[in-house]
Amino acid sequence: MTANSIAQVQATDAFLRRRRRVDRLMRVVLFLAATVSVLVTAGIVFVLLRESITFFQSVSIVEFLTGTRWTPLFTSAHFGVLPLLSATLTVSAVALLVAIPGGTLVAIYLSEFAPDRVREVVKPLLELLEGIPTVVYGYFALLFVTPVLQLVFPQLGGFNLLSPGLVMGVMILPYVTSVSEDAMRAVPSDLREGAYALGFNRLQTAVRVVIPGALSGITAACILGMSRAIGETMVVAIAAGQNAQLTFNPLEAAATIPGYIVQISLGDVPHGTVKYQTIFAVGLLLFLITLTFNVIGFFLRRRFREAY
Amino acid sequence: MAVTTYSQQAGGSGGSDATRLAALIARNRRMDRVFMVGGISVLLIAALMLISLILGLVVQGASSVDVEFLTNFPSRRPESAGILAAWVGTTAVMVVTALLALPLGVAAGMYLEEYAPNNWVTDLIEINVTNLAGVPSIIYGLLALGLFLFTFGMGQWVLVAGLVLALLILPVVIVSTRESFRSIPREVREAAHALGADDWQTVSRYLMPAAWPGILTGLIVGLSRAIGETAPVITIGALTFIAFLPAAPITSAFPYLSFEWLTAPFTVMPIQMFNWVSRPQSEFHDLAAGAGLVLLAMTLTMNAAAIFIRYRLRRRGR
Repeated sequence: MTANSIAQVQATDAFLRRRRRVDRLMRVVLFLAATVSVLVTAGIVFVLLRESITFFQSVSIVEFLTGTRWTPLFTSAHFGVLPLLSATLTVSAVALLVAIPGGTLVAIYLSEFAPDRVREVVKPLLELLEGIPTVVYGYFALLFVTPVLQLVFPQLGGFNLLSPGLVMGVMILPYVTSVSEDAMRAVPSDLREGAYALGFNRLQTAVRVVIPGALSGITAACILGMSRAIGETMVVAIAAGQNAQLTFNPLEAAATIPGYIVQISLGDVPHGTVKYQTIFAVGLLLFLITLTFNVIGFFLRRRFREAY
Repeated sequence: MAVTTYSQQAGGSGGSDATRLAALIARNRRMDRVFMVGGISVLLIAALMLISLILGLVVQGASSVDVEFLTNFPSRRPESAGILAAWVGTTAVMVVTALLALPLGVAAGMYLEEYAPNNWVTDLIEINVTNLAGVPSIIYGLLALGLFLFTFGMGQWVLVAGLVLALLILPVVIVSTRESFRSIPREVREAAHALGADDWQTVSRYLMPAAWPGILTGLIVGLSRAIGETAPVITIGALTFIAFLPAAPITSAFPYLSFEWLTAPFTVMPIQMFNWVSRPQSEFHDLAAGAGLVLLAMTLTMNAAAIFIRYRLRRRGR
């Protein structure tokens, strides 16, 4: 072997070793980046639990979950979360009454009926609706939808649950549409063609073949939509009012859980006070509710992916 | 029309079965059409709402948008109030968000798509990413308040807002990264490996250039969501009345770069708008509409850019 070729082999060897080091290092770096999401979840759980545990040392958890008065800012403070919860559920119910039927209908239309040219117009339109900042929707609910609704319901106040509910419904509709449409498109076209061959028309195919086939995906869309409605903040913070009261009447004004967190955050929140801890306690409740829906939605979606 | 003719013909020659069949077909066809009209009308209502929202903003807000509106600080007097602090703040926060979310999200997406072994750790990470995409944004605000502010001792800074918004849009960037990597044909990887490239060389030199447009689209979509996010920024206590700008990032003295702006107090566009909406006077509502128009213009521009990139991508793909 000549000296020249030995030098060459050594150089290649050094190059390969350096390259292997880089490769291994990058694998570790990328893995660490991927674990950030786990750390974020852990951080959320840690923060919410830490403050809530302190909170539940001064307020009994039974009173919190069953009390019907929420007056943490008064001198005679009551910490019953039911008023906030009732308003949150009411406004979400209004939103879902718009988003679920509307979103499913649009999804069926887009996946089974619409020609490609219509889809190409409608998809960006839905993306636009989804992309509008929530604070703009809040403005719209307070200053446009509420006055219009007051023409129909003269007794309706400036703040109410109906108007933010309706606006939120339109806001969530694109999301429900896109998740259900994904599920419907995942139904194999063989099944559709089979149905057509048996003489089904498009509606019959949609109702008897596609919807049953995509049911878990459509359910997932509804549940994930529900989770979004419950956690949506700015629309209710602007248009739903700030007084906590136990009501299921959408015509009344009432503070919701996210609305309350915003209301407290806007003021001066002294760290360590019970007032400061309340937003973490209701935040924990909100997190648990949305987490439950998200997990159910996750597994339902996974099921329809596995089915085909 | 055609159906009637058919039933007449059938009735003439075939008897009652054919007539009933024709009636059934006609009825089904009618239902089909009714349903289609239903779907279209929901879409029309949604479109109507979008139009009235935008028109409403224009009618109420167009008169307040002018040069002074963009160059004035907020003020108690509506006629001289502007959004200078807000749009500068939004720009600064978005720079931080993009610089944090892009490398973190791309690295995590790369790992999950190209490296991750099939085990419980990967499952755990994937479930977390999916779950985080569904966590309400206000919860991120509580995370920032409880952890960054009161545990790590940070303040109401541009950096904190950028950080929390980056965490918020991380799932969007991760998912779009994964999708772009997944759409690259297997052969590219195999060819790169056959030429002697190792994993990192394959990913960085062959896959990254192909995945880049998709990743960029995801980042822009994420940023356009972050730009309108209000709740988490309110929770960390961003101020609503700011009459000064953060320090400039470029200075005249050595070392010419300053990171002071990262720890400056700030306000952002959606908070400014929220503040104005919440006031009772209608002059401030006009200002809110003006701020809303500017905000909407920002998000729509970003969305349009994303749609454009994706459109170009699809064309190239064909």
